[in-house]
Amino acid sequence: MNTALERIAVSTLALLAAAVIFGLLLILYAGVDPFEAYALMYQGAFGSWFSFQNTLTRAAPLILTALCTALPARLGLIIIGNEGALVLGGVAAAAAGVAVAASGPLVTNLAMAAAAMVVGGAWIALAGGLRQYRGVNETISSLLLTYIAIALMNHFVEGPLRDPSSLNKPSTPPIGDANMLGTIGGSDVHWGLAFGIVACLLCYGVQRFTTFGFAMQVIGGNPKTARMMGLNVGRYVLVACAAGGAAAGLAGMVEVAAVHGKANASLAVGYGFTGILVSFLARHHPLAIIPVAILLGGIGASGGLLQRRLDLPDAAVVVLQGIIFVCILASETLYGRSWAWLWRFRAVEGR
Amino acid sequence: MDGSDIGLWGVPLAMLAGAIRVSTPFIFVSLGECLTERSGRINLGLEGTLMMGAMSAYGTALLSGSPWLGVLVAAFVGLLLGALHAALCQLPKVNDIATGIGLMLFGTGLAFFLGKPYIQPKAPNLGALDLGAWSSIPQVQQALQVNPLFLIGIALAFALAWALKNTRWGLIVRLAGESVDAALAIGASVGRVRLMATAVGGAFAGIGGAFLSLYYPGSWNEGLSSGQGLMAVALVIFARWDPIRCLWASLLFGAAGAISPALQSVGVTQGYYLFSAAPYVLTLALMIATCSPARSVRGAPAELGAVK
Repeated sequence: MNTALERIAVSTLALLAAAVIFGLLLILYAGVDPFEAYALMYQGAFGSWFSFQNTLTRAAPLILTALCTALPARLGLIIIGNEGALVLGGVAAAAAGVAVAASGPLVTNLAMAAAAMVVGGAWIALAGGLRQYRGVNETISSLLLTYIAIALMNHFVEGPLRDPSSLNKPSTPPIGDANMLGTIGGSDVHWGLAFGIVACLLCYGVQRFTTFGFAMQVIGGNPKTARMMGLNVGRYVLVACAAGGAAAGLAGMVEVAAVHGKANASLAVGYGFTGILVSFLARHHPLAIIPVAILLGGIGASGGLLQRRLDLPDAAVVVLQGIIFVCILASETLYGRSWAWLWRFRAVEGR
Repeated sequence: MDGSDIGLWGVPLAMLAGAIRVSTPFIFVSLGECLTERSGRINLGLEGTLMMGAMSAYGTALLSGSPWLGVLVAAFVGLLLGALHAALCQLPKVNDIATGIGLMLFGTGLAFFLGKPYIQPKAPNLGALDLGAWSSIPQVQQALQVNPLFLIGIALAFALAWALKNTRWGLIVRLAGESVDAALAIGASVGRVRLMATAVGGAFAGIGGAFLSLYYPGSWNEGLSSGQGLMAVALVIFARWDPIRCLWASLLFGAAGAISPALQSVGVTQGYYLFSAAPYVLTLALMIATCSPARSVRGAPAELGAVK
């Protein structure tokens, strides 16, 4: 049985179930025609070149933050500290950008990316290290680290790194228009999307074609076997967590360098939390992350249109995401059962 | 500052007041999580339950005029969410940690969605008992204004500890958490026991949410809970799955949460945000101190895989 087909079939079924549940909620609570709502969502996400660019711009940080969950998941760890790595990466990028702002756009952007990746990587590696060497549950510790990271961001943005001229919304000093990350030729989509896609391809290549990736798979399958084979499990945990954290940190850098131009509270708008959902929806597969992130970026992009046209609360999009998440998790139970049904279906078709 | 000036004494006093005021949601959520985990299941979704409880309690109090009815509705909503979590986890191959995260996002989102109309209006409060009337210092009087739910929470902790230890029901819950084989041997249905324990645990968390929106801070908005539901999970590990120790740990966390407003009230504004992270840092530090890679934490239910 083709397992890729099974994955797609089960995921589609789960998405359909989520759409039905959300539709019922819309009818019963808001009195809104769900077909109209879904048509509007399609229009707001993919309906025009303008909205599709908006979708892609939102997908960029989602791809990068999803890797923060997907890479450690390969080893069997559930890391949900994506948002924390993103905001600290953003703050580090803004600080680095201001420090070297005079040395030209390329150097500035490189310095920003390096600072963001180091800080984000160290932050998640901390959760991985605590798991490996102290036995602290990585799910809980990474989420606690997120709250600490947001407090640290507020501290830096309102204290040591504050631009005195930012009165209403405390921010770091701007990195300057000349140093902003550009857009991909002819569109409004910034280079962050390309970073995300390259990172996913890179992760896929490492996981699929290198011994390092194979070792990760062995550890994820059975850590005891891996230890008996002489693999240094701790090192793999640290590297995978650091790489995931670096990707989420880079998402923060992209938000600063391509969208806001400075670090402030707008960094913590939930890209990290949606990234967890993207990773689970893609079943932690680096290549599947790209289309899933575009899908969820589209759902996010359509939120404004739903609010304006149908007078739905802006949290409607969050509810839909939550329902999708729960349906996808519950659909795990179908694996290994659905194939029998599909096989029979194909046999009938072939006759 | 109002009334008499008591200087730096205000800080420990405000922390005591904070321990009493802020700890109540921690008490309820940690007791709920404690019960759930003793039956061998982990529920990370209590953060979502807390928000749904807060929203439904506020909405009910606003529409009916009775805050206590709101508490009841919050408990019922929590019961439903807990039962949903338990039912999903009972499906084969479904991961309970991931489901918890999913229900956390779902509960929080649904609370924001349904709670939109309740952000502006003011619902009736739960009110407090004045236990500090004997004192002439206004800060002491203020600190000793105790909400009835706080006292109920304390009673609940002792009742739960007693029930787990001394009743047939408590024995079956512990068996489900310690050894599925033993539970099956005496004819208990492990699935049903866990379903009940998770649902009742959810109901406790819902009551904790009701406290947030109906007493302190006493309003409904989207920033109402800042991870209390998740910190309670860590708190249960720290309390080594003992309801009485959950109570002490909740008081400690409440006091830690009150550090930063207390310092601000006596004029220390430096590092406000750093101090506001104190409860999270404390949780993490406690987890690092109590966990070990070599063996499972002392007192951990044997069937609970999530915390090793």
